[in-house]
Amino acid sequence: MRHRKSGVKLKRNISARRALLRNLVTSAILEERITTTVPKAKAARPLVEKMITLAKQDTPHARREAGRFLLTPEAIEKLFEKIGPRFHQRNGGYTRIVKIGWRKGDGAETAKLELVGSELVKRAAERAKRREERLTALKTGEDNKEE
Amino acid sequence: MPNPKRRHSKRRTSTRRAHDGLNIPQMAECPNCHQKIRAHRACPNCGKYKGREVIEVVEA
Repeated sequence: MRHRKSGVKLKRNISARRALLRNLVTSAILEERITTTVPKAKAARPLVEKMITLAKQDTPHARREAGRFLLTPEAIEKLFEKIGPRFHQRNGGYTRIVKIGWRKGDGAETAKLELVGSELVKRAAERAKRREERLTALKTGEDNKEE
Repeated sequence: MPNPKRRHSKRRTSTRRAHDGLNIPQMAECPNCHQKIRAHRACPNCGKYKGREVIEVVEA
């Protein structure tokens, strides 16, 4: 019976689930906004919040506690130097989940998990330009071969 | 192997399927661009949710 066993399983065994959630939380801290499926976002959210709560007391012990969960030293650095001070005035509710529609490949509903106050970075135009350049480079390369 | 004993009439089939219809989901209106959108989700047309820009919309 699963009485009093709360939480999501995400169809993984315990080690895969722990690894997935650590990856998600580390990415969320480094990137400030991540796109993932709704259940994964909901599972990662309380863990991200716990990390930020840890970051508000900048003690060596808190850093080690965070280091036991986060995967990279850069994430710990950013958590304590940037994110902790930023949310000093706020008691909880550091993150936001916005549903953004369905993924093309498998129809899974996706969501953005973002730290409150991190603005949307517009990258689509830049990305499109880069792709354009790559395509023209490819084309001219082929042209050169033909010549 | 078990096999059907009797032929199934078309009526029987369609009577069973009478309740199989799909429903059209309830739609909300985007407060920004006034398109019909699914409730509680960012607008796929203008990329906004609760007045804030959430996703980038590439204009073709």
